[in-house]
Amino acid sequence: MDPVAVRGPLLQPTPGELVYTQGLDQKDKTAGAGAIEETPEQLAAFQARIDAEEKIEAKDWMPAAYRRTLIRQISQHAHSEIIGMQPEGNWLTRAPTLKRKAILLAKIQDEAGHGLYLYSAAETLGVSRDQMVDALLEGKAKYSSIFNYPALTWADIGAIGWLVDGAAIMNQIPLCRCSYGPYSRAMIRVCKEESFHQRQGFDILVSLCNGTAKQKAMAQDALNRWWWPSLMMFGPGDSDSKHSAQSMAWKIKRFTNDELRQKFIDVTVPQAEFLGLKVPDDKLAFDAATGHYRHGEIDWQEFMDVLAGNGPCNQQRMAKRRKAHDDGAWVREAARAYAEKHAARDAA
Amino acid sequence: MSGKEWPLYEVFIRSKSGLSHRHAGSVHAADDQMALDAARDTYTRRSEGVSIWVVRSSRIVASDPAETAAFFEPAEDKIYRHPTFYDMPDGVENL
Repeated sequence: MDPVAVRGPLLQPTPGELVYTQGLDQKDKTAGAGAIEETPEQLAAFQARIDAEEKIEAKDWMPAAYRRTLIRQISQHAHSEIIGMQPEGNWLTRAPTLKRKAILLAKIQDEAGHGLYLYSAAETLGVSRDQMVDALLEGKAKYSSIFNYPALTWADIGAIGWLVDGAAIMNQIPLCRCSYGPYSRAMIRVCKEESFHQRQGFDILVSLCNGTAKQKAMAQDALNRWWWPSLMMFGPGDSDSKHSAQSMAWKIKRFTNDELRQKFIDVTVPQAEFLGLKVPDDKLAFDAATGHYRHGEIDWQEFMDVLAGNGPCNQQRMAKRRKAHDDGAWVREAARAYAEKHAARDAA
Repeated sequence: MSGKEWPLYEVFIRSKSGLSHRHAGSVHAADDQMALDAARDTYTRRSEGVSIWVVRSSRIVASDPAETAAFFEPAEDKIYRHPTFYDMPDGVENL
């Protein structure tokens, strides 16, 4: 047998149509050189490994659709971490104290790191980071709807840490057991770091809620604006979730969107009560029979609108990301030229 | 598509003296020094390491998962390499 590289060759996207973007799942185009036959025996053997809780590693055989689903999910996840730096970055120069500023800076640096862990995991599937970044910049790849909402006051930084990172943790803890090894390992690193994020947010809100009436009102206002978008982070309800069933069978997902949303509500409502804040849902009520909170209808039209690019900040977020990417081009080129010059000098 | 992308490096971290380096992930960097700096910033923000190795991903040679059974077969049929293969008589101790 011939030794092989640790990574396979890069998947080549069909011209004009990238393989990992949302909504292309129905097209079963096999990327790479030549069409790959998937026999029923191969598919059954793969599912048997999944059912036995074996982890799938980068160079193992996997169905093209499994690979594509992971590339779409992991790259969207990575993009969300990167775009997610913007609403908070906006407050770095206006943090109320040096301590808060240093903490926020560390938190945002973590988000950059999370994006990089995730791009690194996605790259094991044969897609390059440049391909993923291009898909984002060209508007072909999605990121979480939540980052298209503005951070209007300092209390929003508290609400983002508490609710947005809280919802992310709820979603990410089961992903630590995802069937794909590199994604699972990346999520373990991310989860270790996220709990600091959530606590720093809650800590901001504790301070505000123990402060003046005006400060507490600011905290309430932030909760009012971030509550529903945070619930939408879990994605459409189970009856409308097109990727869920297959992802559950492949053990990429371990819980449905609605199950995770319910867990989040159940743990978060008592925290709001501790803060003395009111969750902006008149239908919210504890159901003693089930042990869960019942909640009001989510405005899915708003969710669809934001996903379609019509949220409050979609254009601003993308414009800023594109500008940062373009402004950094000369740095990337200069570093490469420097490395090439020194490589040539060393060789001489 | 992009010949312009910085090369990919695999990152290995020794978490403390006495332990082996362990694969942590990968980074893109223009050269070796930048790869070390990027690996430090990406993978050791909370003192997770005392030593980092980086190596160009393209320079690693790996066994082929599709050939796993055949490749490792020589180890399968030599059960006498394991101490449990041998029955020890009753009464024999410290062996």
